[in-house]
Order: sequence, then C-alpha cells, then structure tokens
Amino acid sequence: MTGKAGAGGGPARPGVQPGTATKYVFVDSPELTAADLALRGYELAPGVQIKETCFGLMITGPEAEIERLVEELRLLDPDRIFVKDRGFPPGDERRCRANLGGARPGFYGHEHEMRLVRYISSGLRALRDPKKADLLRAKPKHHDEPLSVERLNTIIQES
Amino acid sequence: MAKVFIYPGTSLILSDLVSRFGHRPLGSALSVREKVQTAGLDSPPLQITSEDPKKGLRFAAVEVPSGVRGRMSLFGPQIEEADAGIIIQDADLAFGCMGCARTNELVRFLLHRRGIPILELTYPHSDEEGVRFVAAIREFLSSLAGGASA
Repeated sequence: MTGKAGAGGGPARPGVQPGTATKYVFVDSPELTAADLALRGYELAPGVQIKETCFGLMITGPEAEIERLVEELRLLDPDRIFVKDRGFPPGDERRCRANLGGARPGFYGHEHEMRLVRYISSGLRALRDPKKADLLRAKPKHHDEPLSVERLNTIIQES
Repeated sequence: MAKVFIYPGTSLILSDLVSRFGHRPLGSALSVREKVQTAGLDSPPLQITSEDPKKGLRFAAVEVPSGVRGRMSLFGPQIEEADAGIIIQDADLAFGCMGCARTNELVRFLLHRRGIPILELTYPHSDEEGVRFVAAIREFLSSLAGGASA
C-alpha cells in the first residue's frame, strides 16, 4: 500500500490520515443555525473540511486545528453547542448512509440524546446562577434505588 | 487532564461534558478512529481482523461470542487506560444497532473491578434533573487530577 492510499486500500480521503480528527458539532439553539456555525467555521479555519448537516457540523482536519476551531465555535453559544468525536470522516463510504441506505448507525443515539440536551443546557446555565446554588449541591436522585432495611423498619413502625 | 471512560461510549452528552470540564473522554469514536486510520490490507474496509477477538481474550473467556471479544478489543484497552469512569445507567440506546448487551455488562463490570472512581447517573428528564446531572459531573471531574472549572 502506498502512503497516499487511505485505510482499506481506497483512494486517499481527508480524515483517514493519522493525526487528523473528525468531530461532530451539534447546535440546539433558537438563535444559531448550522449555517451560521459553518460560516464562522470557514472564517476561523479555512483549511478544515466542514460539512454542514441538519444538526450542526462535521469538521475534519489536523487535531490541533480542530481543537482550536471547537473552542472558538463554542463561544458562539457555550451552553447550547455540544461536541463529540467521530471515528469516521464525513462522507466515508463505510459509514455514510448515502451508500448504505437507511439511518446511519449512531443516528438513534444522537436522536435520543438531542431530546435531552435542553436539560443539559439548563444545567450549564445554572452553574453560573447563584440562585441555583442549593440545587447544584443536591445529589442526583436514583429512582430505582432499593428500599433500605432501616427505611422499611421505620415505615412498619409508623404504620 | 484525566482520561475518563464514558458509558455509553457513543454518548454526545458525556463526551461533551468531560471535554468541557478539561478532561479527555475515552469513547467508541477514538478506538474506531484508530482502526480507520491504520492502513492495512488484512481486512478492509474496517480493519477488524481475526487478531481482534484474540486481543479480546484478555477481557472475555474463549466461549464468549466473538462479537463480544471483538468489541472488547476496542473497549478493553480503554478501560485499562482510564483514570475514572462515568456510567449512565438507563442508556437503552447502547443496545441494538448501537451495541451488544453482553458487552455492555462486561464493560460496566470491568470498570467497577478496576477500582477507579466511578460516577453513575441516569439521564435527566427535567430542568431540575439537568442541573443536578451537570453539577454531579462537574463535581466528580473537578475531584480528578487536572480538572478545570467550566
């Protein structure tokens, strides 16, 4: 295999060379669209491959450049922009639904979590809100925690 | 900066929060990326070869299905590498086309057996739960070496 060939023997593609990274940038904001993010991305890092999608962006490029771009993009709406790594570069025929048909594996996970990110945004905003200090100290509830023996004894004695 | 294993490994929320608070999330994408970027002729296009289930033997017995061992060849090294872990307990999305239930059980078992700090949570379904969820993760991550405030 030559150095120019991508993994798997195909032609060289952006994102499959070692040292490059691909990240998803999800936006769930009433004030910011994926197109706004893409425009800002091109301004900040012209050398990075940016793919605009319905949920945000997929960005591919040298790892350091991607990290810098992510930090800058987050500033547009820090509480409503979410970022995660992706293994495959955008459009990769091993994963892209244009070639495989149907929903991309991983879509259902993103669909599920994108319904919940509004609560995460609330949580991130609350970190800066002194009125929420009590709530921040409270531990998450565990709905399926088993009833302790002590608590059961107390209930029996009270009844 | 600590390496934090996230479960489910594909979680957008966990991946974002861990990197936002100054640590490195260890998830499926990183191990898949390593495979994708490693040039080879053995088993294109995904470069999953018969060697991978053998690597998985370090984490699962030989009678365990090869699918579990293959997955463990991706997750196992990350669990060994992790300094801490965050587990979402009600992550139904980690089963189905996203992954394998037996592998998920094994991943959670191995994380607990390692004795590293583990935070277990459930997904938030209201603003109040969201505040608690984020606060718990921030508190947990700030207790790890090299943590940064948001």
